Amino acid sequence: MSSQGVDLKKRRMLITATAGLGAVGAGFALVPFLSYWQPSARAKALGAPETVDISKLEPGAMMTAKWRGKVCWVVRRTEETLKSLKEDTAHLLDPDSEVPQQPEYCKNYHRSIKPEYLIAVGICTHLGCSPSYRPEIGPADLGEDWKGGFFCVCHGSRFDLSARVYQGVPAPTNLVIPIHKYLSDTVVIIGEDDGGAA
Amino acid sequence: MSFMTWIDERFPATKVWNEHLAQYYAPKNFNFWYFFGSLAMLVLVNQIVTGIWLAMSYKPDATLAFASVEYIMRDVNWGWLIRYLHSTGASAFFVVIYLHMFRGLMYGSYRKPRELLWIIGMIIYVAMMATAFMGYLLPWGQMSYWGAQVIINLFAAIPVIGEDLSIWIRGDFVISDATLNRFFALHFLLPFILAALVFVHIVALHKVGSNNPDGIEIKKGPKGNKWSDTAPADGIPFHPYYSVKDIAGVIGFLILFLAVVFFMPEMGGYFLEPPNFEPANPLKTPEHIAPVWYFTPFYAILRAVPSFAGTQVWGVIAMGAAIAVLFFLPWLDKSPVKSIRYKGPIFKGMIAMFVVVFIILGYLGMLAPTPMGTLMSQICTILYFVFFLAMPIYSKMDKTKPVPERVTK
Repeated sequence: MSSQGVDLKKRRMLITATAGLGAVGAGFALVPFLSYWQPSARAKALGAPETVDISKLEPGAMMTAKWRGKVCWVVRRTEETLKSLKEDTAHLLDPDSEVPQQPEYCKNYHRSIKPEYLIAVGICTHLGCSPSYRPEIGPADLGEDWKGGFFCVCHGSRFDLSARVYQGVPAPTNLVIPIHKYLSDTVVIIGEDDGGAA
Repeated sequence: MSFMTWIDERFPATKVWNEHLAQYYAPKNFNFWYFFGSLAMLVLVNQIVTGIWLAMSYKPDATLAFASVEYIMRDVNWGWLIRYLHSTGASAFFVVIYLHMFRGLMYGSYRKPRELLWIIGMIIYVAMMATAFMGYLLPWGQMSYWGAQVIINLFAAIPVIGEDLSIWIRGDFVISDATLNRFFALHFLLPFILAALVFVHIVALHKVGSNNPDGIEIKKGPKGNKWSDTAPADGIPFHPYYSVKDIAGVIGFLILFLAVVFFMPEMGGYFLEPPNFEPANPLKTPEHIAPVWYFTPFYAILRAVPSFAGTQVWGVIAMGAAIAVLFFLPWLDKSPVKSIRYKGPIFKGMIAMFVVVFIILGYLGMLAPTPMGTLMSQICTILYFVFFLAMPIYSKMDKTKPVPERVTK
């Protein structure tokens, strides 16, 4: 085959254009395969917002709910607890919740909508274990300074009753506060707020 | 016309046989460290065969998986043997691969012209780790579940995209049936990719030729041996010499391997961890989570790095770097000689330190964290990286011995 009279520039341009378009097509073809891995409609439905009735919760008690398969705590705190949460913050890593681990309306010392009720995802921000609720003050195993909070048995992370992390523990941030809103005085929905469902 | 001629005119059977076995000349001074490549292939075949058999009775469903493994163990004919061959094979795979890699480290098998051979090997190692990790979820025990939870959360530590990435990997907001099902599919697929990579590894090996304990290039030495005038004088045909030698290695390996399979398949909780005899429970974290032994050195590095600036991504980066740095080994070693036999005291000291540090990290990674353990992991993590990152300096200033012209015994 003679290469005379061949416009090499045009040929190169055509090859580049064809290969380029092919790459774009391959990119589009990849979308269904990657998207297939996203949570299915059923998984999303099971992860729908969860309604919790908190009318029977006594001061100082905790109840758990399950949202998206994760443990969610609802804790009703006492007046004394709230006072100490407000004033006693020297041992905390992020007392003012600067790291966005909560919706904007929970960026306060009680990390909740109503000061009395804490709603938090009960999964340690270190490596995903579930901390235990330890409301007692100064128990033998946690030391004199313990003012009540959450203790992760896996790697020893400590959180106060606003789910704020202590300094010098493995967990890097406060626990996550899920978006939530009150449907009435005693019914709260986790996973949805005025901005819509998560 | 003979049968073989008829075949050879249509498929290069004799040519391939000669090029890769009967007339592939390997250095004549291989020692026992050269068993581990062929043993790794044996274990891969064992994993594929037993794995396919297990898949015939296993159910990749969160409600059925745990019971189906017990069904294999109790009710399926010889199911216990097939399952223990597979679970012990996973640990054996890492034993032989770590020894195979250490052989390369000792004799400089990653040095020019074998850089690409080493990198292909590293890709095989990473693919192996992914395969092992996904396989460990399948029994759906407590350690399967929470181990996977911890490892997938590593991806969630990546800034900005982490959370969405971990949801995409899981296919759900928590580890669930969707995760189990896809891990089963990928665990089934990956061994075939591994087999293909092993093929590429061997093609690369046969292009550059095998290294040897002296680190001498036999292709550059004198020519002519008993079989061929053009082949390296220090080479012997792979078949029958090394094929027979490797069979001896296989016998030795099988004695040890089957002793574990028959008499201590759980290996005191190191090969099969006790919490995994309890079905996965998303609402209850076991007291102490540790990966299987072959991942613990890297897990110790992960935990050694404290989180700061509101993220724990630094530990994840350190762990990734501990594996990534191995890829660069061919360019970190600046020694004028390849083999440890002719390297000086500094390199010998450093490699001894590296072995000790790797074993200590592996041990610490199995324990629950203590302040003392964390401090020791931090020291060992630093020494781990010093071995690699200071190599361009110490390998150059080390006093080496002269390398002989021909391979020795």
